Amino acid sequence: MAFSVSRNDVASGAIFVAFGAYFVLEATKYEFGTPFRMGPGFMPIVLGGILIVLGLAVAAKGFAHADTEEAVPWPWRGLVMVLGTIVFFAATIRGLGFIPVVLISGFVTALSSARNNPLSALAVSVGLCVLCYAIFVVGLGMIVPLFGPWLPL
Amino acid sequence: MDLFSSLGLGFSVALDPFNVFYCFVGVLLGTLVGVLPGIGPTATIAMLLPITFSLNPETALIMLAGIYYGAQYGGSTTAILINLPGESSAAVTAIDGYQMARQGRAGPALAAAALGSFFAGSVATFLLAAFAPPLARAALSFGSPEYFSLIVLGLLVSIALAHGSILKALAMIVLGLLLGMVGQDIYTGTPRFTFGLRELFGGLNFVALAVGVFGIAEILRNLENEREREVGVKAVKNLWLTRDDFRRIAAPVLRGTVIGSLLGILPGGGHILSAFASYSAEKRLSKHPEQFGKGAIEGVAGPESANNAAAQTSFIPLMTLGIPAHPVMALMIGAFILQGITPGPNVINEQPALFWGIIASMWVGNLLLVILNLPLVGLWVKMLSIPYRVLFPAIVLFACIGTLSINQNIFDIYAIAFFGLVGYLLIRFGCEPAPLLLGFVLGPLLEEHLRRAMIISRGDPMVFVERPISAALLALALAAVLIAVLPNIRRKRQEVFVEDD
Repeated sequence: MAFSVSRNDVASGAIFVAFGAYFVLEATKYEFGTPFRMGPGFMPIVLGGILIVLGLAVAAKGFAHADTEEAVPWPWRGLVMVLGTIVFFAATIRGLGFIPVVLISGFVTALSSARNNPLSALAVSVGLCVLCYAIFVVGLGMIVPLFGPWLPL
Repeated sequence: MDLFSSLGLGFSVALDPFNVFYCFVGVLLGTLVGVLPGIGPTATIAMLLPITFSLNPETALIMLAGIYYGAQYGGSTTAILINLPGESSAAVTAIDGYQMARQGRAGPALAAAALGSFFAGSVATFLLAAFAPPLARAALSFGSPEYFSLIVLGLLVSIALAHGSILKALAMIVLGLLLGMVGQDIYTGTPRFTFGLRELFGGLNFVALAVGVFGIAEILRNLENEREREVGVKAVKNLWLTRDDFRRIAAPVLRGTVIGSLLGILPGGGHILSAFASYSAEKRLSKHPEQFGKGAIEGVAGPESANNAAAQTSFIPLMTLGIPAHPVMALMIGAFILQGITPGPNVINEQPALFWGIIASMWVGNLLLVILNLPLVGLWVKMLSIPYRVLFPAIVLFACIGTLSINQNIFDIYAIAFFGLVGYLLIRFGCEPAPLLLGFVLGPLLEEHLRRAMIISRGDPMVFVERPISAALLALALAAVLIAVLPNIRRKRQEVFVEDD
């Protein structure tokens, strides 16, 4: 008999256990209190414990059956480029300013789709830059440097 | 103040040209973004929430309510035209709506959805106006035990409605509750789970969480398997319904309105349940049940009316108790709080202009929606043909810039990336994101009321079952879980969800 495991159930169970464990461990540093006067640690420890139990239950159920669908490939390019862009945006918006950051972010995000080539990605990023400038800076009066202090302008 | 003078006050606010304009802008933007495939009302509102921030409270909330029903309507349009529902409630519309579109009857399907929604929305808004004030008065007598039990009820009802595994839905709620605890403890001020970061003392940013889990995670999901969508319908003709169509939709619309109005009040996502309930009711009552799934107009009109009625009545728990019935209402709470208003029973007395203004604006908004949408349907069809490779960079950038513009807090942007990743992993592994968001919003309320109730009762947990209202609410919550776990209902849930695949 083939050993059948639902990878999805085990993986999501593991995520729940990991989060639950983090919250419980961190919450032990706070005062637990009594049921009468609950301290800041009371709810997180109780809920974290429940989450660990639920995570274990989800994983245990996963050992009983296999996934019905074939796993889809991981979108590595998208994961790295989209999440990377967001982090890049956060790290540089103050320093580089609105226009360069929006241009670069738009370009890189567009490239994370296999259907864009550098030229179409450039077109998308320029178009988006104009659009975002019109909506957020002109329309909503957002206060943000257009070109940041890192640039020698 | 009786109902009519209150409504008069409301209309004086809602019909203020400035507010009508923003209501119009909200409905237009909501439809515009909601039509985009893969973006449901929740993601739409999360994205557009920041732009309402600079307005005064009445205008901002009127605009936001406009965005909400615009997004809902836009989602149905997408569901009908390309069978891509943005949210589970539109999944029901897609079943028969898309079949009608394939048979060249997209026009009547859209018209039935619009007219059904308008009728249901108007009736349900009236119910909201009539029942919210007495409920708010009753809510003033709610103590912490009642609030605690009500929140438990809301959370547990929401799992009964999530697709798939109940265990996973429960775990998502608990994870949401825990994420809601990040930040300073309300009673002692102890900073919790902040990694020592000052930015986290006020808690995780709600918009960042919502945008990450609903917007970014969805993009990653779509990048897994890229293919261009097919817009089967190039042009929509014959928007008007025939007399026969009118005859066929009248009863489903009425039934849908009743079902939706009742279920919408339930905390925990009654609008999804109501669409399914209405669909199965119509199928059972129809003389031609075999037409369902093959383009029956009743299967579009009923669920759309139910869905829209529920969308309006789900404002009742929000406006009277300050408890969100589903993730969109959770975003509404976020908007109230951004405006410095604590939603709850006091809003109606302290801010009558705001309260009645929002209600009156719902009529205005629903009317604008019909006027706007039927002629503009050609534009929406064009929107659907924007390729995804152009669309998603726009969503990523709007998410980042929009979130930044709320608090000018760089940390919130990192939070988007984090929750985008976590949300993507959890969705990939078969968990529904909606319960997480609901848990996150209700977490702090749940903790506050639990702790206060325990202090009042001097540590005796029996307080929750000794008080009649609280005991009744807990009994309902228990019933909701039992119903969800019972085998024959589980099977039925699966049947309904298999049909929409």
